[in-house]
Amino acid sequence: MVFAEMTDDATRLFDIELKLLLDAVYMRYHYDFRGYAMSSLRRRMRHAMGRFDCERMSDLQHRILHEPAFFADAMQYFTVQVSEMFRDPAYFLALREQVLPVLKTYPSIKVWVAGCSSGEEVWSLAILLAEEDLLDRSVIYATDINPEALAKAEHGTFAADRLPLFSRNYLAAGGRGSLSDYYTSAYGNAMFDRRLKKQMVFADHSLATDSVFSEVHLVSCRNVLIYFNRELQDRAVGLFRDSLVRRGFLGLGGKESLQFGAHADAFEPFVGNQRIYRKVAP
Amino acid sequence: MSVDVALPSSLDALVIGASAGGVSALQTVLGSLPASFRPPVFVVLHVPKDRPSGIPELLGGYCALPVLEADDKQPVRPGHVFFAPPDYHLLVESREALALSMDEPVLFSRPSIDVLFESAAAVYDRGLLAILLTGASSDGSEGVAAVRAAGGKAWIQCPVEAASPIMPNAALAHAGADAVLRLGEMCERLKGSNA
Repeated sequence: MVFAEMTDDATRLFDIELKLLLDAVYMRYHYDFRGYAMSSLRRRMRHAMGRFDCERMSDLQHRILHEPAFFADAMQYFTVQVSEMFRDPAYFLALREQVLPVLKTYPSIKVWVAGCSSGEEVWSLAILLAEEDLLDRSVIYATDINPEALAKAEHGTFAADRLPLFSRNYLAAGGRGSLSDYYTSAYGNAMFDRRLKKQMVFADHSLATDSVFSEVHLVSCRNVLIYFNRELQDRAVGLFRDSLVRRGFLGLGGKESLQFGAHADAFEPFVGNQRIYRKVAP
Repeated sequence: MSVDVALPSSLDALVIGASAGGVSALQTVLGSLPASFRPPVFVVLHVPKDRPSGIPELLGGYCALPVLEADDKQPVRPGHVFFAPPDYHLLVESREALALSMDEPVLFSRPSIDVLFESAAAVYDRGLLAILLTGASSDGSEGVAAVRAAGGKAWIQCPVEAASPIMPNAALAHAGADAVLRLGEMCERLKGSNA
């Protein structure tokens, strides 16, 4: 059927152009999206083409290559930024009740929030550590590839209309007070307590191209790996394994699993239903 | 309306989308799949986001095939039924693996039928059959269009029979269908398939 062959071609051409675009972005800007899951990238690049009035992917590529400011705008279509404070409260409750009691036994605690996006989870973890009297001897590394998201994360200011949801999550996560103890409201925003920030270190880091930078006790990387293909997931989880201390912890998103990847044997479930894993002793 | 209701000559995968009234319709359709059915089956049913749906367990009781909720990068296995988890889009990444995403809801829905159907169309093109069932949303219309444009086939539940005709009607108006069928007719054809 001629029509079907034509349409098959359209899909193939789209994929070829998409791969060329990812190569171009990598060569021009050293952002490596080549290992991202194609199924969501296809959809997001179609959106970007619509949003920026590009009839063909090559038009998008042309603007991205020639206009760095345009690439900064287009970046939001390559990475997904959805986050909320204490998202999946049961995960944070499990950290509070089952992981922190173990981490408490260390003289100092290092936590890595990999792919921290706009920082909701970073500030949530700081509150959690503060309430367990551990913040003063903790360091939280918060990394992302997106400079705009990192700047937001560092700022620790979130739209006030999101706070009712964050507060419900906080209480469901076993919060010991009220979330409002930690922020001040002004002009439709909630700015979180600067004291929470003094143990945070924000850094540009790519799970696709960078390497291990510190030894940590807990890696929290949630709903980041779902955007990666299996090879890139293996690379990222390999970094987590290498940066974790002996018997360190790894927390993933609720539907992310180590069982299909190359490092399944390096970890064991710790709180299985919350996807919290523990590194197996060598 | 075309009366070409045959299954694709080589059926490589089946995608199903359903919304309001969908549990009962899915019970019927999944219940008709013979244990010998080989293509993988991917399903989006609109469900509330904040709690485990329990749907795969429920529907598993009516289906001769294993029914499960997909994890990210879950390997695709023949003769298995994979449901999108609540609050995640389900996508077909390749013939070997599924993917999940937390991209924006589409038409207020995550999971979205459009997202599943479009991703499956890109991977399976002519080997794909899409079934769109009852629902009170226009999700699925773009998905059906994508499946048909890629050479796959789309069956839409007869709106007169559907518990909620909005979704079938919207898709018919937007993308047309290879067949408009009652659940009983779909089941007959699926039962007879030994793809």
